[in-house]
Amino acid sequence: MILRREHRILVQGVTGKQGTFWTRAMIDYGAAVVGGVNPRKAGTDHLGLPVFASAAEAAGEAPFDVALMFIPPAMARDAAFDACEAGAKLLVCLTEHIPLHDVMEMHAAARANGTRIVGPNTAGLVTPGESFAGILPAFNRAVFRPGNVGVISRSGSLGTLLSLVLTQNGFGQSAVYGVGGDPIIGTTTREALEMFDADPRTEAVAICGEIGGSAEEEAAEYAAGMAKPVVAFVAGRASPPDRKMGHAGAIVSGGKGDYHSKRKALEAAGVAVADVPSDIPKLLSARLRAAA
Amino acid sequence: MNFEEHAAKALLNARGLPVPDGHVVDTPEAAADAARALGGPCVVKAQAPAGKRGKAGGIRLAASPAVAHAAASEILGMTIGGHRIERLLVEEQVPIAAELYAAVLCDPESRGPVVLFSAMGGMEVEEMAAADPDAMRRIEVEVAGGLDAGQAAAALDGLDLDGRTGAVAQFLSGLFDSYRALDAELLEINPLALTGDGRLLCLDCKYTLDDASTGRQAAVAETGAPERMTALEAEAHDNGLRYIALDGSVGVLANGAGLTMTTMDAITHFGGRPANFLEIGGEAYTKAETALTILLKNPNIRSLLVNFCGAFARTDVMADGVVQAWKKLGPDIPVFFTIHGTGEEDAVALVERELGHRPYDLMDDAVLAAVQAAAGRTGIGPGQGAAA
Repeated sequence: MILRREHRILVQGVTGKQGTFWTRAMIDYGAAVVGGVNPRKAGTDHLGLPVFASAAEAAGEAPFDVALMFIPPAMARDAAFDACEAGAKLLVCLTEHIPLHDVMEMHAAARANGTRIVGPNTAGLVTPGESFAGILPAFNRAVFRPGNVGVISRSGSLGTLLSLVLTQNGFGQSAVYGVGGDPIIGTTTREALEMFDADPRTEAVAICGEIGGSAEEEAAEYAAGMAKPVVAFVAGRASPPDRKMGHAGAIVSGGKGDYHSKRKALEAAGVAVADVPSDIPKLLSARLRAAA
Repeated sequence: MNFEEHAAKALLNARGLPVPDGHVVDTPEAAADAARALGGPCVVKAQAPAGKRGKAGGIRLAASPAVAHAAASEILGMTIGGHRIERLLVEEQVPIAAELYAAVLCDPESRGPVVLFSAMGGMEVEEMAAADPDAMRRIEVEVAGGLDAGQAAAALDGLDLDGRTGAVAQFLSGLFDSYRALDAELLEINPLALTGDGRLLCLDCKYTLDDASTGRQAAVAETGAPERMTALEAEAHDNGLRYIALDGSVGVLANGAGLTMTTMDAITHFGGRPANFLEIGGEAYTKAETALTILLKNPNIRSLLVNFCGAFARTDVMADGVVQAWKKLGPDIPVFFTIHGTGEEDAVALVERELGHRPYDLMDDAVLAAVQAAAGRTGIGPGQGAAA
């Protein structure tokens, strides 16, 4: 689901330093934040929002669509269980370094409760001019501007850079989808691509991939059948093999998940691949002209 | 985190999974003693957290203590997969009737655990899958539920296991429990031996502990093989930073893994070579000063590129760290900035005021300038830095 102005957001861990900074930014931006969670501060107000003991308690008094987690790794699993069981449609999990087995349990809980997880280790979602949930600087108008390009990124910083490059070149974003830098994520690049394909406000999609895993290859399979133009940049061409490049998911191992196999798969599917992010607008213009 | 074979086997053995008798030694004399204690033919195995030890000559059969001594003399000091061999595992030889394959790992597609089993063990998984796709059985397991031996037995239907299907199913159930208890990213037994007298034994074992679980598995992690790191990589690691040494001359300081890789890619694209990967995104965004201090210790750096595209990582906080460190250290190289995202205005103003550099608006311009400076192709001298 693409985040809209009317989607009600509950912030888990709202009272912490980062929770406070980003929740305030979300409220200022116009996001429909309806409350927060902190068991130790339940019953109080924070940033003018009611604070609940749990997502389950919030569901009764301040119904929400999206749960956004500002929760440390060791507590992330239980917070996710709480959000899923409370009926969150979407769970945006920003937390990095959650133990893998906890992540698998979170995904199982999401499946059982019909919740879609974005992340873990995502920077979140931005729909310029409407709403945002996460830690992307939606409020910076030099970076994010309403438009018709859907942006998908495994990395928050790179998604920000690509949005900036688009905006610097007269494009805007229909939405920005941070899928997350972890190897086991709830919404894949391919699934985000399917959403943008179905979104009437999106006329083209820009994918920021990176080495490791097979997210780009799977997205390429879907892109091959799309009418909307798709362009991509894949980070990590200059990275050495067998080293984790910051993201747990960004590792080329045993010759799998390397730059060239991803580029080849994307190009074979008709996706234009940029050598550097600044080439994306040119490729996009050419594809949009060809499609028109 | 990876584990040497002997350490992984000790963990499995403690959990009731069968492994051969063996001893860890580090001299040829101790290898001979171990062979004598085992009382029969043995195997001398190089210990390294790397595959293909056999092909590299690191695994030898020894019929006597004297042969074990000789084999140990040859293997100790070898380099396999970049690891110098300093330890050996001397194990009893096992009468093998069949070599099987078993593994548990997380499947990114189902987002849950999957148990893999094949009756054709002993070779690489890829070779096995290519030889006979149907031979590799896949059992998807509910992560918190455990693998019931009955479910496992059903998945083994049709495989010729010499009447030992029940025992194999029981083994897989135990293997899954160990995968869970050890917070494994991967637990692979290849080969799993079916012996002439009907026993199952883990002949080799690959265990990877999930890096995000080393805290709650502290005792297990103690027995793991630490990642090989250069001195600077280790210093960064001790400070909670990810630094990877590269062989170029353009220093890289960026936030976020994706942006940092992209910065390296762009440097390469414009004809330069990155000197390092170092990112201060996420929770590390307050560590710019520490990061810069480490980065500048690399003697090969000829210019520095600072690329911030702040999301969670506030560029004003990062820029302040860089400015403080720059003033303190007074490095004799030019620096080039490009800064966007959260806190951008304050960050740009700070850099301009304190260092007299105006950050580049376009990343490519900053990259190009840093590449040219590293190659000595511009007149920009030390301390003058960039002007957009």
